[in-house]
Amino acid sequence: MKKVKLTRREFLITSTVTGGGLMIAFSLAGCEQDRGLQVQTEAGGELPPESDEGEFRPNAWLSINSDDTVTIRVGSSEMGQGTLTGIAMLIADELDADWSKVRAEHAPADEAFTNPIIGRQHTGGSTAIRGFWPIVRKAGAVGREMLMHAAALQWDVHPDVCHTENGAVIHEACDHHNLSYGELADAASQLPIPDSVFLKEPDEFVLIGKSIPRLDTPDKVNGKAVFGIDVDLPGMLTATVARCPVKDGKMIRFDAGKALALPGVKRVEAISAGVAVIADHYWAAKQGRDALDVEWDTAANASLDSAGIEAQFKAVVDSGLIERDDGDITESLGAAAKTLEAVYSVPYQAHVCMEPMNATADVRSDSCDVYAPTQGQTSTQNTAMRITGLPREKVRVHTTFLGGGFGRRSEQDFIADAVECSKIVGQPVKVVWSREDDIMHDQYRPSTYNLLRGGIDAKGNMLAWEHRIAGPSIMARVSGSEGDGHDWSSTEGAKNIPYAIANQRVTYAMSNTPVPVGFWRSVGSSQNAYVTECFFDELAKLAGRDPVEARLELMNEHPRHAGVVRLAAKKAGWGKKLPSGHARGIAVAESFASYVAMVAEVSIDNGDVRVHRMTCAIDCGMTVNPNSIRAQMEGAIVYGLTATLKGEITIAGGQIQQRNFDDYPLLRLEECPDIDVHIVDSEQAPGGVGEPGVPPTAPAVANAVFALTGKPVRRLPIQIA
Amino acid sequence: MLQLNVNGQRHEVAMETDTPLLWVLRDGLKLTGTKFGCGIAICGTCVVLVDGRPVRSCVTPVSAVIGKHITTIEGLSDDNSHAVQQAWIEEEVPQCGYCQSGQILTAAALLDSNPEPTEAEIEQAMSEVLCRCGTYPRIRIAVKKAARKAADKHKEA
Repeated sequence: MKKVKLTRREFLITSTVTGGGLMIAFSLAGCEQDRGLQVQTEAGGELPPESDEGEFRPNAWLSINSDDTVTIRVGSSEMGQGTLTGIAMLIADELDADWSKVRAEHAPADEAFTNPIIGRQHTGGSTAIRGFWPIVRKAGAVGREMLMHAAALQWDVHPDVCHTENGAVIHEACDHHNLSYGELADAASQLPIPDSVFLKEPDEFVLIGKSIPRLDTPDKVNGKAVFGIDVDLPGMLTATVARCPVKDGKMIRFDAGKALALPGVKRVEAISAGVAVIADHYWAAKQGRDALDVEWDTAANASLDSAGIEAQFKAVVDSGLIERDDGDITESLGAAAKTLEAVYSVPYQAHVCMEPMNATADVRSDSCDVYAPTQGQTSTQNTAMRITGLPREKVRVHTTFLGGGFGRRSEQDFIADAVECSKIVGQPVKVVWSREDDIMHDQYRPSTYNLLRGGIDAKGNMLAWEHRIAGPSIMARVSGSEGDGHDWSSTEGAKNIPYAIANQRVTYAMSNTPVPVGFWRSVGSSQNAYVTECFFDELAKLAGRDPVEARLELMNEHPRHAGVVRLAAKKAGWGKKLPSGHARGIAVAESFASYVAMVAEVSIDNGDVRVHRMTCAIDCGMTVNPNSIRAQMEGAIVYGLTATLKGEITIAGGQIQQRNFDDYPLLRLEECPDIDVHIVDSEQAPGGVGEPGVPPTAPAVANAVFALTGKPVRRLPIQIA
Repeated sequence: MLQLNVNGQRHEVAMETDTPLLWVLRDGLKLTGTKFGCGIAICGTCVVLVDGRPVRSCVTPVSAVIGKHITTIEGLSDDNSHAVQQAWIEEEVPQCGYCQSGQILTAAALLDSNPEPTEAEIEQAMSEVLCRCGTYPRIRIAVKKAARKAADKHKEA
């Protein structure tokens, strides 16, 4: 450690300037090669942002208090994936902070926290660590550099002879010189920000790569963690909203008389989403809503149903736009010794976060505060600005813990409800959705209809792969435009299969319906990996090949896919004998810059699929917190198994037919398989972790069922005839 | 005025007697550790202990628990020292954390009535509470660990 510190300092030339503390300049002469990565800072030469007395706040991300507390503000939303801890680890490591003094909290909505992959302050697409990795490490390194120089100034020594460790600067020549970051906070806050700083080499990491316990665990075992639904403001009212059960229906009239007669009900108001009943507390609001008499115009979609939607997709599946076209699909299918055609379909899926949708707003004439479990701080600001007419700087967003997100909380419907209600009544209002509201008024994972054709030659080599997709577009829904008819989210996981099949064509026919669709944990890959990985097993069987061998043969160009397939197969004991009535299946998928393979072991018990074990291998590049990665794989498997075995949203009479956990059941603990997670050692840049475990889950299970029964599973959820 | 005994303290709250206990706790007493999940007694997120037994507070009218001892997550310990909380921390069970009050109280009630549950008994008891984040594998381990911790404490005492 010491040697490295000294060599880093070799490039620092320091000189004192009058009035401005220490000016730090950096020489780049030669030598970047064998050092930590030198990076430019954005605010070089500027003074740090204003901070409280005695506090050191080198940038938006962190502040150090005189009591040694390090507060790290995280722009991403904590919805269970561990981002507060993960981001804090990145900053604290470069800062050389004492981890026991580190606190993490949600940042306000601020440009400083713009997600570099998404372009706004937003949590989604498994981007927090891989997007913020370079930025926040630099934020920590800047803090460390300034603290070290503050100490050097105080000791009147060259910074070369100092190093940092565990929240303190240490003078290497004499052990008694040791100043804690808290003791240096005030002095460091007077220094200018350096032009550039050095980042650690991986072998210098103290926290990164270790299973550091999550910072939010203690408050999540005693009820102290504040979720959106727990927000309480002085004078706050609570509302629920009656929404038209039929998609795109309009409110014609309502009679508030009976609702207003109930104790606790204060106001009944029309808002964009329907009719809001605003009361002293939730139960009064719910009673009021139940008593409400609303007439809806449901004519537009009264005949919409699931069968009609599937027929609509089927009718257009052959007229899709070309998304991938390698070789000659028509000729290769014609020349194939054997061909196979199959139709795969997946249903709409709901998100069902355990915390029902909610938000609290306090709209005043000159300001608006939104307290919300949101994945999108910038979007929340935009929504409040649109409704209130206030400028961005007057809208403050306070992010609470999220009781699940999965993409649902990137939507704005629950935010708009709260802002509209508070604007109407001139008081803070918390809007709380019921579970029925949540399931009936979701933006669902798209249902799709898929036609696949494959061909193999006389030796059993895969020659041709055609995948025609028809289904609704999330991007068209969120952008309000069908654009040019393409949608990356509908084809991810389909046009990037890792197999060296010379003739491949993927087409997508956008086919929108009144059922709103949205981002759902792993998005397009969640359905496309199922379709492609299951059809691959059908072709492998046609060719008489083992599913693992068949994959590996075609993955020479994709070593990271192959790596996780080999690891999962080995750890699962692929090919070894199983109890009678059990079978294994494998699947692999790349999504969000990570690679995951899974082997499922299943049996069938009274017509129900029983998943005994899931063996998971993930290559997500460099690991930040292995225990968090394991937790996300476990969670993704459970989430994916609900979609594989149970989840199905259906439509009749223009309404979503499911209401609550009785007709949209989730996997229960007794149905949860044993799960083994194996992480590939890697020095590649970090990939995503929150979503990539979902895509291979369904096809691994479906392929195991196929191996067991000989019948392919071409529709989810799996139903054994 | 309703009089309730929650976490060993007497509380008075002015709400209708047919209000579910969940909303009396959350909106009346501001004890928000108890969570709303489904409102129909399926998910178990709202579990509290009434005279030591797990009860779905979302469908329990407050009138049914007057005079009884109600324990919410806030009352399990002052300092995360309950064996179940300790095991939950050590195994890092929570992800989003929203269902965990229901999980922890269900586990605490199980171990209170059955200090050495079999695996099947753990599976059965803990299947009553849904978790969308998928913390089930860790719950299994943590309940067993909590049982050992509680037994050790008992021996020490």
